[in-house]
Amino acid sequence: MKVEQISVFLENRAGRLAEVTKTLAENQINIRALSLADTSDFGILRLIVTDNEKAKEALKAKGFTVGRTNVVAAEVGDKPGGLHAILEMLNAGGVNVEYMYAFVTQSGRNAILIFRFDRTDQAIEVLQKNNVRVLSGEELYSL
Amino acid sequence: MLFDVSNETMPREDLEALQLRRLKSLVEKVYYNVPFYQNRFNEMNLRPEQIRSLSDLKYLPFTEKQDLRNNYPFGLFAVPRDNVVRVHASSGTTGKATVVGYTQRDVNTWAELMARSLMCAGASRRDIVHNAYGYGLFTGGLGMHYGVERLGATILPISGGGTRRQVMLMRDFGSTILCSTPSYALFLYESIIAAGMSIDDLKLHTGIFGAEPWSEKMRSEIESKLRIKALDIYGLSEIMGPGVGMECCDAQDGLHIWEDHFLIEIIDPETGEQLPLGETGELVITTLTKEAQPLIRYRTRDITRIDAIPCRCGRTHRRITRIQGRSDDMLIIRGVNVFPQQIETILLETQGVAPHYQLILTREGSLDMLEVKVEVDEKMFSDEIKHLQRIEAKIQKNIKEFLGVTAKVTLSEPRSIERSEGKAKRIIDLRNA
Repeated sequence: MKVEQISVFLENRAGRLAEVTKTLAENQINIRALSLADTSDFGILRLIVTDNEKAKEALKAKGFTVGRTNVVAAEVGDKPGGLHAILEMLNAGGVNVEYMYAFVTQSGRNAILIFRFDRTDQAIEVLQKNNVRVLSGEELYSL
Repeated sequence: MLFDVSNETMPREDLEALQLRRLKSLVEKVYYNVPFYQNRFNEMNLRPEQIRSLSDLKYLPFTEKQDLRNNYPFGLFAVPRDNVVRVHASSGTTGKATVVGYTQRDVNTWAELMARSLMCAGASRRDIVHNAYGYGLFTGGLGMHYGVERLGATILPISGGGTRRQVMLMRDFGSTILCSTPSYALFLYESIIAAGMSIDDLKLHTGIFGAEPWSEKMRSEIESKLRIKALDIYGLSEIMGPGVGMECCDAQDGLHIWEDHFLIEIIDPETGEQLPLGETGELVITTLTKEAQPLIRYRTRDITRIDAIPCRCGRTHRRITRIQGRSDDMLIIRGVNVFPQQIETILLETQGVAPHYQLILTREGSLDMLEVKVEVDEKMFSDEIKHLQRIEAKIQKNIKEFLGVTAKVTLSEPRSIERSEGKAKRIIDLRNA
């Protein structure tokens, strides 16, 4: 029940992010979700896209360093306390969140949380035991 | 004033006769005492007695820095180790430092030549010498130190660092001569002003600057800011340390090489051929009197030319002009010698790092800044910031530890590091831009 995320190394200078989005657009790749982490001299762009393989090849061809990581996508109701409840159960299960980002589905009823854990398998176990819906890659890309 | 009138003003003819005598005995000595040289001579079918005149020098083999490394640590000693009283070494990654040894007589000669150099700069026993060259394995600090004591002046062995304290002591002790790298002299000036002091609070009259390349422009800047006479000193640890050559305060135009101890020639760095007198090329030095570790035709990689015009100071020892550059890719960063190869080795030894790098040198105020740009490849890349920052910090720590220079490490995208003619352009030096 893991979801593949691609990450791209970016130098902190003008136009680099646009170069990524241009490459994806030219290859008809849709972005489901993204987050950008940055320091004073570099950034890491993390993306969930409709076609990982194609996106990775296209970006590599443009000279970008691209990595792949397994993340976990969990669905929660889009209401106050939704994220908090999940973090509580993860904390109780002894799982650490390395980073996370989120987006709201088109229906507006649910939010999808993308997590990067230190112990992914254990995290999925905790979530499923608590009846949280964990999305597969297929489900996520076709949302 | 001259420290050693008879040697420093020796007529050329006598000086050359002395050089030849010393060269002959040197060649014999290294042949019978240093296996490295004996092998070299044998390979070339050369016997010590075939060296009959100074012009035969060109038949002798060169010695390169790599030869010192290959014979690490004591392989080039020409005397039993028991006779070596001191060892200095240059920076380098493990096992690659260049080591030099000295007998008691070598240490005495060095002090003597440094004393000559100091007097050549106008120093006398009345001076208080503020010695900001680093003490330790680097030859700068101790080399200067013994020379000042030999001259009979007062030495303040302050070494590098602690700039505020340096400024305070310079004022309180009334130091009259400053010895440091030229860029540190400018940094001291800024610190003097920052401390709310004025140059009038100081008694400095002369500065002896070396260990890094500098320009006439920098000289006039130092002279006008610190209100001193700024003089250039030359030396390298492989040959002895500081005091191989010194600019005189009389002419302030080129550095007298102490030719009774060092035989100099200029070669074409590409072909290794000797160049006619006065042409610019690589300086090659043969140590005439070194006991512990004599070197034959050592390639300094420093680019200069020999000026044979008699100097108005009366010394008959010829001068070399200010070092104009290097015939290899050695960089001098805040007085520390750094080869790009060393940075590459450090990157290779840092787990997960590919050796694709670029060195960018700039000058902030008067201080050299080194930026090491490292390409992030797939093996090194991570989706987590902290992982990449750990690598940055580790590279920085290793550079500091092995080379003694502080570098800013920047991660960069692959191939963003400029390639020229299929080869990476490794060094961008903007310090004199």
